[in-house]
Amino acid sequence: MFAPLTWFLVALSLAAMVYAVVLAARNKRIDWTVLGALGVIEVALVAQLVVGIVQFAGTDRDVSGPFFIGYLIGSLIILPIGAFWALAESSRWGAGVLAVACLVIPILELRLHDLWAV
Amino acid sequence: MTDPAATKHGPGRILIAVYGVFALAATARAGVQIATKFSDAPIAYLLSAVAAVIYCAATFALAKATNVSRKVATTAIAIELVGVLAIGAFSYAVPDDFPDATVWSHFGQGYGFVPVVLPVLGLLWLRRTR
Repeated sequence: MFAPLTWFLVALSLAAMVYAVVLAARNKRIDWTVLGALGVIEVALVAQLVVGIVQFAGTDRDVSGPFFIGYLIGSLIILPIGAFWALAESSRWGAGVLAVACLVIPILELRLHDLWAV
Repeated sequence: MTDPAATKHGPGRILIAVYGVFALAATARAGVQIATKFSDAPIAYLLSAVAAVIYCAATFALAKATNVSRKVATTAIAIELVGVLAIGAFSYAVPDDFPDATVWSHFGQGYGFVPVVLPVLGLLWLRRTR
């Protein structure tokens, strides 16, 4: 795994989560700042998928293929579904939904990191 | 007469989001387990599949938020609560029968114990929005 990309994803996702929690706490709705951050995270996740597949194809490590590729692909659908579900809610709880979605990304990235490190 | 759609708004929005994450995670996990190594631990993997079906049912029923779907959600979440408590207890009592983890093993320890808290919150939310 290309560690800097993984840590970038973890850091940006956590920052976006904190921002979304602050929005919810201040009774604000989702704004373009958090949506923009989600867009950057999603692009980085696509890059992570490409990096992951290339590295998996060329490694002799004992990495569990179905789980590794599954986490890479699964991570791509979290934010779009989360944003869809959040945008249809015209209250602070929409921002709360985005906070949940943002929390899932670091968990998946850390699992990927562990799967690769084994 | 209360509005059944209340279930999917407010805090329920987050509850459904968390249910959706578990529906996705449990389905993917059970799918991979059954497709790649079913014979290793058939009982554990079948329970994983059952858990996946229940999470999916609860997610969609909560999100649909009609009078009928509320009943479906209540049933699914009640089964979920019994399931996580039973599997959680069994996995401590007879660990040999659970050679590989399911989402409900050890009361959902592998998932930060969220699996044991989620059905309680779900039933409380359904009661609150009744």
